[in-house]
Amino acid sequence: MSKEPVAVVGIGQTKHVAARRDVSIAGLVREAARRALDDAELTWSDIDAVVIGKAPDFFEGVMMPELYLADALGAVGKPMLRVHTAGSVGGSTALVAAGLVAARVHTTVLTLAFEKQSESNAMWGLSLPIPFQQPLLAGAGGFFAPHVRAYMRRSGAPDTVGSLVAYKDRRNALKNPYAHLHEHDITLAKVQASPMLWDPIRYSETCPSSDGACALVLTDRAGAARAPRPPAWMHGGAMRSEPTLFAGKDFVSPRAGRDCAADVYRQAGIADPRRDIDAVEMYVPFSWYEPMWLENLGFAEEGEGWKLTESGVTELDGDLPVNMSGGVLSANPIGASGLIRFAEAALQVRGQAGEHQVERARRVLGHAYGGGSQFFSMWLVGSRPPES
Amino acid sequence: MTRADVPAPGRIAVVAFAQTDHRSADEGHSEVEMLMPVLHEVLDRTGLKTADIGFTCSGSSDYLAGRAFSFTLALDGVGAWPPISESHVETDGAWALYEAWTKLLTGEADTALVYSYGKSSPGSVRDVLTRQLDPYYVAPLWPDAVALAALQTQALIDAGETDEPALAAIAARNRAAATANSHAQLRGSVPQGQYVVRPLRTGDCPPVGDGAAAVILAAGDRARELCPRPAWIRGIDHRIEAHALGLRDLTDSPSARLAAEHAGAFERPVDTAELHAPFSAQEVVLRKALRLGDDVCVNPSGGALAANPVMAAGLIRIGEAAARIGRGESDRALAHATSGPCLQQNLVAVLEGDPR
Repeated sequence: MSKEPVAVVGIGQTKHVAARRDVSIAGLVREAARRALDDAELTWSDIDAVVIGKAPDFFEGVMMPELYLADALGAVGKPMLRVHTAGSVGGSTALVAAGLVAARVHTTVLTLAFEKQSESNAMWGLSLPIPFQQPLLAGAGGFFAPHVRAYMRRSGAPDTVGSLVAYKDRRNALKNPYAHLHEHDITLAKVQASPMLWDPIRYSETCPSSDGACALVLTDRAGAARAPRPPAWMHGGAMRSEPTLFAGKDFVSPRAGRDCAADVYRQAGIADPRRDIDAVEMYVPFSWYEPMWLENLGFAEEGEGWKLTESGVTELDGDLPVNMSGGVLSANPIGASGLIRFAEAALQVRGQAGEHQVERARRVLGHAYGGGSQFFSMWLVGSRPPES
Repeated sequence: MTRADVPAPGRIAVVAFAQTDHRSADEGHSEVEMLMPVLHEVLDRTGLKTADIGFTCSGSSDYLAGRAFSFTLALDGVGAWPPISESHVETDGAWALYEAWTKLLTGEADTALVYSYGKSSPGSVRDVLTRQLDPYYVAPLWPDAVALAALQTQALIDAGETDEPALAAIAARNRAAATANSHAQLRGSVPQGQYVVRPLRTGDCPPVGDGAAAVILAAGDRARELCPRPAWIRGIDHRIEAHALGLRDLTDSPSARLAAEHAGAFERPVDTAELHAPFSAQEVVLRKALRLGDDVCVNPSGGALAANPVMAAGLIRIGEAAARIGRGESDRALAHATSGPCLQQNLVAVLEGDPR
């Protein structure tokens, strides 16, 4: 007997904003869950289990908030599992939920991830001093900027590539009603003139701090047959982790990312990702990570990723659209950001992405990463059921 | 087993278990230093190396560690190189074991390493746990874990389900059992002491301490290769209740009962039960919900009243039950883990040894 095929039949997200002062944490997650159920035309009683993920608890100042959220998510009397794998958590959460369906433990699972950054201050939540350890720079940008610089030096990419990514993603976000940033007057010149935050990363090349939640309803083959709208089918999914720091670690193209992608491609029967995958939602919190991940994920040879960006291949109407939704650069409720990538990939193959829909998107990759470029989770979804 | 095959239900087993000697304050060691010997020990028991493990899953809490992403430091101890397939839950390691069990059920891996750890000593765990409560209406009042357990205990006394001498007997029985457990923190004769929060006395409360535990799971024939008598997980399930205490009957545990039902616990009697009941009165609630008669050997390890390393104590219950099966001291055991205030969330696993 083989694994049960897993289908995405419901997708919901909130309008991501800097501060959702009108709702509690419970109100925020319930909004996304309710929308996912509505999309699937299911009710709370159709859900067998809830799998929830978010980034560190310090981001809201609530320890294990899933305990308090059990009621809001209709989980009373059901299994409720909390996942936390740093920035990749949104992706990992969906994969844990998918595992419950694939293993035939449950038939229909609600999976949800959120962050309500306005409840606290995420930058300082990330920067707690640890006795006897060297202090990291404040926030994630200080950690990642040197690795971007290493990529630029290694690849010889022109200084402007980062701004091209940011300009593209912010324009894509204008077509996505749920994106946090809607900069209607954005121009490339404005991106390039924005203040330098962590050299070489400029203000307009960084992700915002957002409040938001995203939810998916996952189900088995029988559940998919009853779905009111076309399902997205999971063709492969994997997680990989490696240590934060060690001699020989490649921060520019971590092996855990390459191994994770290779596992997903093997499961999905992808021989040549550049040819066989139609679009990608990847986790790009700082603009330069687009060309870096294009190489890490096998869409370009080492040192060549920036050429895809520069030549327009990753534009919405390009040959390999990347971050059609506007990506993490346009909305970043941290814990949810990975799940939003997975959800946007599923929206594309369902043909439900609205104005940022890519034509004939049959196989789309969702990607998330976290920690010190050490935790990776990815899935590949398709418009048709997997063959096995 | 090919990767496409999934193991038959019930053919996944605990094949090894290791834990620290739990102490009130493991001052000389960081979390990762505390964990390392346990990881080595559990791997040594099976002869496996990190690279042989198909899936790794851990459970811990940033709030105990006092820093974000605290689990990433523990990952360094695992030796995640070359990169490993790995995940983490922000709760007791029993739920990490549950995630690993589902992973093995999909057939994507045939072995899993599960570990969890917690150091309660650096802070006041009573106060830290108040941060688990409803952040708008309850947490601002800082009702601590002992006070909430006292409310539950008083409700049981008011309902005529127990009294203070009976609770004292539960505490004494657990700590007497712990004399045979070299890892336990509180052993032998421990005075009931003064009231901490009425009606709970010192003796009714768990010791505060630091500790870690690790378990290896294996599927099908792999389990038999790695262990002379695997503890087969015949069923495992977990359920959650409403968060607000006012919405719950604290004298009962419907979520534990439901989890036990789904885990198949009531299909045949168990001979042993390891209950994660940090407060004496919670054993009363769980015995009733899980229908454990006097003929069942409850907490031969001494349970959480003898050692309660938060985030590991639930996983330890599963490990202790499995070890007992491995030693031939049990044929069918129930293991229980809890999370949240007053037994809000409960996990039940039913473990069996091969017929002798």
